[in-house]
Amino acid sequence: MSRPSPAPPAAGAPSSAPPARTAPRRPAPLPAPVRLLRKHAVVIAGSLALGYLLVPNLVVLLFSFNKPAGRFNYEWRAFSTDAWTNPCGVADMCGSLTLSLRIAVLATIGATVFGTLAAFALARFRFRAKGTANALIFLPMAMPEVVMAASLGTLFLNMRVAFGFTTILIAHIMFCLSFVIVAVKARVMSMDPRLEEAARDLYAGPVQTFLRVTLPLAAPGIAAGALLSFALSFDDFIITQFNAGPSTVTFPMFVWGAAQRGTPVQVNVIGTAMFVIAVAIVLVGQLTANRRRRSR
Amino acid sequence: MTAVVTPGAPPTAPGGPAERPPRRRLTPYWLLLPAGLWLAVFFVAPLIYQASTSVQTGSLEEGYRVTWHFATYWDVLDKYGEHFLRSFGYAAAATVLCLLIGYPLAYMIAFRAGRWRNVLLVMVIAPFFTSFLIRTLAWKTILSDGGPVVGALEALHILDVTSWLGLTSDERVLATPLAVVCGLTYNFLPFMILPLYSSLERIEPSLHEAARDLYATPATTFRKVTFPLSLPGVVAGTLLTFIPASGDYINAQLLGSPNTQMVGNAIQKQFLNVLDYPTAAAMSFVLMALILIAVTLYMRRAGTEELV
Repeated sequence: MSRPSPAPPAAGAPSSAPPARTAPRRPAPLPAPVRLLRKHAVVIAGSLALGYLLVPNLVVLLFSFNKPAGRFNYEWRAFSTDAWTNPCGVADMCGSLTLSLRIAVLATIGATVFGTLAAFALARFRFRAKGTANALIFLPMAMPEVVMAASLGTLFLNMRVAFGFTTILIAHIMFCLSFVIVAVKARVMSMDPRLEEAARDLYAGPVQTFLRVTLPLAAPGIAAGALLSFALSFDDFIITQFNAGPSTVTFPMFVWGAAQRGTPVQVNVIGTAMFVIAVAIVLVGQLTANRRRRSR
Repeated sequence: MTAVVTPGAPPTAPGGPAERPPRRRLTPYWLLLPAGLWLAVFFVAPLIYQASTSVQTGSLEEGYRVTWHFATYWDVLDKYGEHFLRSFGYAAAATVLCLLIGYPLAYMIAFRAGRWRNVLLVMVIAPFFTSFLIRTLAWKTILSDGGPVVGALEALHILDVTSWLGLTSDERVLATPLAVVCGLTYNFLPFMILPLYSSLERIEPSLHEAARDLYATPATTFRKVTFPLSLPGVVAGTLLTFIPASGDYINAQLLGSPNTQMVGNAIQKQFLNVLDYPTAAAMSFVLMALILIAVTLYMRRAGTEELV
């Protein structure tokens, strides 16, 4: 709001309202509350939208302290910390959680390694198949998940592949790849090539240039891609449901089943814990990035 | 690993890619190989295979054979036409709502947040990290009969309007189309906000100053400068919202009723419960084809060719 304006200020107009300052036809002044509302309309609407995004998280947090009467945890009964002191008290839930974590870690590693290589190819080289490659990478993101899920499931089914851990992992790497490639590609393309030229001018070899200059510069993009694919894989339900065997129940599949049979409060505990941990990780990352930027 | 390392070292010569030594011409292909192969085998091949499945007949016990049985497609359109209509209707409604709700937030983060910008971005992405199934179940609590939302909507006589429009019925929100659209909007809102934000963020502040110096009111500045420049974000955001929303079955299942089932629900049922794979395949293909048509028409109108 404090942008310097080259135009001379008009007489009598308060400097706090620069846009309408010298407008030809100035409307009659509005009452103060209306003016305030209009001035901050964007912030008010934006905050409401943010509230819409965060209210379910608050409800999840609140209901993790509930003592439900029946099998379902949809109505508030009484305050209790039972679920927090006994998070793994529900049969199969923590097992499904570790399974999801294992799949997410492996899928993240696979998708990040393959995706980073491909991103460098697309960001740094010009070659004939580039258009095709870009389309191939864009398509999985632009396709409804059910279609991908059903087609991969049909293939596995007819190849007589046993559904389970491996099929889930294959599917997760498949849909995470595109997101990693897009994240890393954006970062690599915005990198200044002169920094690498400078490294070479200072007699750094290709390996040294890559490890000391290119990789650190690309790291935020790679980290973003990895974080995104971890979150996507950990949270995926549709593709997993179509490509999991009866004995491999990931955490989202457990929640889905619980929604039909009765949701234990522990599900809310896990949901809240995930939220808090994720926000903490992101905030710590932001803070260290800020500090590093300032110390340079 | 040395072959992997080479892209970090473009040629020392100042010339363009044409002057690269021939050995390098293969490097991008080697780099693309793992990801490309993975996508070819586990994304493209299944789609082709599914196309053949959709014209097969048979049963799980006797096996399926390609008999060019196109009648499955007609059956699907005949039996599930309603599901398709509902899917596209709900997805379109959710996309419009996402745009209306997401634009102010993206604008606020891009222009009004100052040093809070990163914190706000984290808050937009943060819900991503809690299982979205748990968050969707939380909507059951929020929209429950006799809950605060239903009470407020009733007091404001909004429920009368939505009931008249057929969005709600019997003084309740849960298990109605309104609940499904609300869930879809909620779940895909970040997909709208992030592209909007990234295109708004790129707008030079000096353009706003220039508009102001030329006596444009804030509204005119928005209409003539900000909004047109954010169009790539609007197009990307609407596609990223509409396409996944039209195939979703989670919101319709958890927040809706049997009367609000979308195509996703039908595909899931055919694939996992009925085990009728040709029908599931045909439905997936019709869904894909319809989306492709809708997106092509939309892109032609929106006039944005480049997306990524």
